[in-house]
Amino acid sequence: MQAKSFFELMQWGPQGWLDEMLFATVLTLAVAIVGFLFGLLFGTIAATAKLSGSRLARRIADVYTTVLRGVPDLLVIYLFYFGGSAVVTSIGNMLGVQGFIGLPGFMAGTLAIGIVSGAYQTEVIRGAYLAIPPGEIDAARAFGLSGLALLRRIVGPQVMRYGMPGMGNIWQLVLKESALVAVVGLSITLSEIRLADLVVFYETRFSDLLRQAHVAAGSTRQPFVFYITAVAFYLVLTTASTWIFRRAETWATRGMRRV
Amino acid sequence: MDPIFLYDTFVRLLGGVPLTLQLAFSSIAIGLVAAILLALMMRMWFRPIAWIADSFVFVFRGTPLLVQIFLIYYGLGQFRPALDEMGLWWFFRSPYYCALLALTLNTAAYGAEIVRGGLQSVPSGQIEAARAFGMSGLTLYRRIVAPIALRQALPAYGNEIILMIKATSLVSTITLMEVTGLAHKIISETFRSFEVFFAAGAIYLIINFAMTRLIGFAEQRIAPDLDRASRPVEVH
Repeated sequence: MQAKSFFELMQWGPQGWLDEMLFATVLTLAVAIVGFLFGLLFGTIAATAKLSGSRLARRIADVYTTVLRGVPDLLVIYLFYFGGSAVVTSIGNMLGVQGFIGLPGFMAGTLAIGIVSGAYQTEVIRGAYLAIPPGEIDAARAFGLSGLALLRRIVGPQVMRYGMPGMGNIWQLVLKESALVAVVGLSITLSEIRLADLVVFYETRFSDLLRQAHVAAGSTRQPFVFYITAVAFYLVLTTASTWIFRRAETWATRGMRRV
Repeated sequence: MDPIFLYDTFVRLLGGVPLTLQLAFSSIAIGLVAAILLALMMRMWFRPIAWIADSFVFVFRGTPLLVQIFLIYYGLGQFRPALDEMGLWWFFRSPYYCALLALTLNTAAYGAEIVRGGLQSVPSGQIEAARAFGMSGLTLYRRIVAPIALRQALPAYGNEIILMIKATSLVSTITLMEVTGLAHKIISETFRSFEVFFAAGAIYLIINFAMTRLIGFAEQRIAPDLDRASRPVEVH
């Protein structure tokens, strides 16, 4: 068999893989964005707990951030994927559905990424909150602001401003972490667990960039071409986000005095 | 949760600890040397050399480690005939060496940024003073620049070490049976992901806790006069 050239492989349409690779890039981005938003949710809750007066809440939040930052992300993805499927299956059996039900890879992956990045986001949000001069909150209270209004008009904007650089770093982490979702699909094919329908579901609907590169590499026997393309697409994603976050930072600090 | 299963799993997973530590420490040790070389290259007045170092760091920090592992292990397999001819195939055929190479290159890129930051933090007055005393070249680096940069860079480098210990888990995707690889194997045999997660998580937490203490101890030894709060080196 004559080996195809790079440009023949990277055509648009059924002959080439460019459309698949671009589609996979979009899915990777979707996994990262959803995972990041989950993380924002968990991070906000845990940061609130850490700043709260309750000792129990603080203790729980401390355990959460210590454990999730000390354990490999891949382990967490396995926990959510296999553990989540076990939970869903037992609920299904209770409701009278027979057999094994798998948690969709997209959901397990984004939840796992969310839990992990939430642990990092907790510290950023907490730090940003503590950076607000306490006088500003006192002043706002003196003006009669409280509860949601205080949060929306005084605390929220400043947390966003102070937290922006840290959040930019975490976004980069999340973007790179999203590659791990590929392993969930990959490991299932390799270890032949009885999840056949799920594998098909994953392969046809949720192939992230790395997984897609892996599939294409297997079918064309030209692995280097596809992995180096994945590298290039990831570089585009990370470079573009660096640029966007820099813009967002200038926007968020537009009213501040520059030193 | 079944305590006997939990204990058995923990003991089985301990079998993966040597490989995890071995991969982490060898890649960190070789990676540190590479990181220092890269950081020095980045400061070269001869720009093309600096560009090479810059682009290396850009590529390896801008892409996921998992992609790098796959690129080296699966991707380079495409060039088997050429590698065979160069007598390098034994290296790229082995998942262990490929994993070690990927981890080393990755930590070298992150480490280079940390070392560069440390070198940048050396106050120019200190260097000028050293030159005024007649020091130059290696002596200047060995006695003035390196100690100050090391103090500055150690906390960040400690983080990198913890990240690397966690990163070794990714090598399980290319069939290496370290702690996470064993955990995955046990999960697929027993489907008891919660217990396995607790056992494996405990192992990583213990390792990382010990490392954090060791790094803290090293920081104390290197800079006993500085506490964490007043980290930036003062210039009198």
